[in-house]
Amino acid sequence: MENNILVEVKNLKKYFPVKSGILSRKKNYLKAVDGLNLKIYKGETIGLVGESGCGKSTTGRLILRLLEPTEGKIFFDGKEITDLDKNKLKSMRKDFQMVFQDPYACLNPRLSIKSIIEEPLKTHKYRPSERKKTVKDLLEKVGIPKSYMDRYPHEFSGGQRQRIGIARALALNPKFIVADEPVAALDVSIQAQILNLMSDLQDEYNLTYLFIAHDLSVVQYISDRIGVMYLGSLVELSESQELFDYTIHPYTRALLSAIPIPDPEIEKRQINLEGEIPSPINPPDGCRFHTRCPYAEEICREKRPEFREVKKEHYVACHLAEKFINKQNTEIR
Amino acid sequence: MKEVVLEVKNLKTHFRTRKGIVKAVDGVSFKVHKGETFALVGESGCGKSVTCMTIMGLIGRKKNEVVEGDIFFKGRNITNISKEERRKLRGKNMSIIFQDPMTSLNPVYTVGTQIAEMPIIHEGKSQSKAKEIAVNMLKKVGIPSPDKRVDEYPHQFSGGMRQRGVIGMSLACNPELLIADEPTTALDVTIQAQILELLRKLKEDTESAIIMITHDLGVVAEVSDSVGVMYAGTLVEKALVKELFKKPLHPYTKGLLKSIPKPGSKERLTIIEGQPPDLHNAPKGCKFYPRCSYAMDKCREEMPKLIEIENGHKAACWLNEVNKNGK
Amino acid sequence: MGEIWYRFRKNKLALFGFSVLLVFIILALAAPIIAPYDPFQMSTGETLQSPNSAHIFGTDQFGRDILSRIIHGTRISFKVGIISVGISLVVGVAMGICAGYFGGWIDIIISRIIDIMFSFPDIFLALVIMAILGTSLTNVMIAIGIVYTPIFARIARGSTLTVKDNAYIEAARSIGVGDLMTIIRHILPNILAPLIVQITLSFGFAIRSEAALSFLGLGVEPDVPSWGIMLNEGKDWMELAWWVSVFPGLAATLAILSFNVLGDGLRDALDPKLKNESE
Repeated sequence: MENNILVEVKNLKKYFPVKSGILSRKKNYLKAVDGLNLKIYKGETIGLVGESGCGKSTTGRLILRLLEPTEGKIFFDGKEITDLDKNKLKSMRKDFQMVFQDPYACLNPRLSIKSIIEEPLKTHKYRPSERKKTVKDLLEKVGIPKSYMDRYPHEFSGGQRQRIGIARALALNPKFIVADEPVAALDVSIQAQILNLMSDLQDEYNLTYLFIAHDLSVVQYISDRIGVMYLGSLVELSESQELFDYTIHPYTRALLSAIPIPDPEIEKRQINLEGEIPSPINPPDGCRFHTRCPYAEEICREKRPEFREVKKEHYVACHLAEKFINKQNTEIR
Repeated sequence: MKEVVLEVKNLKTHFRTRKGIVKAVDGVSFKVHKGETFALVGESGCGKSVTCMTIMGLIGRKKNEVVEGDIFFKGRNITNISKEERRKLRGKNMSIIFQDPMTSLNPVYTVGTQIAEMPIIHEGKSQSKAKEIAVNMLKKVGIPSPDKRVDEYPHQFSGGMRQRGVIGMSLACNPELLIADEPTTALDVTIQAQILELLRKLKEDTESAIIMITHDLGVVAEVSDSVGVMYAGTLVEKALVKELFKKPLHPYTKGLLKSIPKPGSKERLTIIEGQPPDLHNAPKGCKFYPRCSYAMDKCREEMPKLIEIENGHKAACWLNEVNKNGK
Repeated sequence: MGEIWYRFRKNKLALFGFSVLLVFIILALAAPIIAPYDPFQMSTGETLQSPNSAHIFGTDQFGRDILSRIIHGTRISFKVGIISVGISLVVGVAMGICAGYFGGWIDIIISRIIDIMFSFPDIFLALVIMAILGTSLTNVMIAIGIVYTPIFARIARGSTLTVKDNAYIEAARSIGVGDLMTIIRHILPNILAPLIVQITLSFGFAIRSEAALSFLGLGVEPDVPSWGIMLNEGKDWMELAWWVSVFPGLAATLAILSFNVLGDGLRDALDPKLKNESE
């Protein structure tokens, strides 16, 4: 199993300095990611869910070295990439790519589709003839007619632009793709098209995905395993069906019960969480979730729970995990 | 059946542009009753928001905007009433909640002042009385310690709180009609659940009619009593919510329901190929036929009308006609 | 592009400015052919003639034809405009993009320099530079170029900051595109619109500044037929011969006005925020 690991992240932290008052000398930090451990296996899709500000996008960008981690180590294909210098990093970038959320902002409006998809190939010094062929192949793969090659981004719809963004990410034949909310900005019928395209491409190119989203139903559809994040760290991680059927962490339960289900016949028992997510600048002591947790006990307020394997391949950060093990979910079905 | 609060008859909203006429709303008819939540669901650009902006009278004043058809509010035709009369209706009898709570509140006034504004303008309430109403409103929408928070500014509220504030503001004069334009789209799931719960509760308390605009079929299933599905400016299907989900009649609705991932299921999604038409030159017949797998010759030629198929369940599709005749 | 032209065409005033400038450009290019007389040709018998059929705009105190001098003055004004705006554009945009793109201490230093330059009244700054460099056409262009550099720097910095936040910049980074390529391919083309507007407006400023400097005697050499010099010389004869200063003054005003309305028109045509409203 160990040599099947493509990406490994150890105790990853990212603190952003925030300005406090003009006179105050004390520097505050926004703890976007605060001690995250994660292994991503070759060929799998791992979903990362959580509400806004939980650090899921930051995690994706840290793994791709688009942001510099404050602390922690990142390994890619067995090699540590945390401190790689610019040149080595540039050649490594071929292997890991990103698909962005906003199909409008992720394509330069002044470049033609051809130049956009060609850019990674140019940057990595591919021959012109090779570039041309690759661009044509990629367009075909993502379902954009080759004849549209010389058009500009504004001539395409949101879904088509997302396809172009995917083609660009695939151009260098990467092993690993971080998809940051790739369907959040798209309409329902288009969402399904992109999700299906992504899973087809995964089979064809043998890709590994880190799929970041806030929509649990989308994530569980595409992912083999799901990690749930809350205030900068993982609270639960397991195989996706297991996560849905035998949810352990109270936050995951609440999150699952909050998804509106497109079936009016289902009578759900909804767990309504009190209040809102605390600020990541001053996260609560102990378990980060204790301020909203309906089961919180004394220990939760005092000690931060470890992220541990409670069941086989089912990791949870909760002191009371044993209470919820093997309890089938009744809230959502 | 309860009193009809709003009736829209053959509403058309067209925009004149350089490239030609955009038929954003093209012949939409529906009724909303007292205490009913009617959901308008559809993808971006289908005309659901424009429909509601037209009802509110926020569209139709400019030269390039053409509104046809009739809008009845409690039996009175309000399509062509004066600006002044419109203003009196807005906020007092009908109000709207927008998607982004951030931009619907003015950052330089306290939340309380903004809620109190409505009763002062429309009901001639005194400052102190209006503030009392504001505190009550905040309490009603579930904001803790409302007597303190009434004097706070929007930036001191979190996203979910702000949307509660906006809802409080729109309910301050007990409007008979509330239009909610994607009220939870900008919010996180757990907060969305709270707001939906709040809207459900408020509907029971106030008996207001609510039009809920959304793209999320999950939200539709959770809060609405009846649904209208819009596609490219027209209503393609209209039914009670349970009917619609149990037995969708229009191919577009069917496709839409099949293309959303269901929690706990990994079955491959069936997709609707292609994308919605460009409203500058929408197809002549049924607007959905280029994407429809059941399209017949007739669909290309003539636009189907929204007709009743079975007890109150309406659809605009030639296919249903064929099935009916076949029986 | 068609969209921009369509919106621009609807603005009649901007279209007017555009046509006037076209005429000026033709005059500047073909000055020796179009001008009826040699602008340097003095004629002692024809001094200070009022406008007449031989000299439509009259003659000055040396008997030189004013119309011909104005037409040749167009050359000087446009030369000053092109070169000085060129200087401010290149230097300013380079400064602004560096500040906006790299941020940190580079931004702090460049921004402070811009602030200091802005704190001087522009004509005063130009006068100081001219006093140091001495009067000549080249020095006028350098001085005006320096004075308007901070405007371009500030616009470029601001636009870069907005453009930098777009995901396509991050996309370029994730591919491995270097900083220089990112700036050339992704930043520069996307900050062009506000710069084009500023270029047009600055042409007007530059022509005005040259006229002002020359009028104050700190501009070009006295015998050069520049609109400013003509104004300067004409002021002594104001009571006797109004045409000596009024016609060059009108020419300068018309050119500056045209650049301004053209700039405003371009801004409206290029501003994406107004795009939806015009539809």
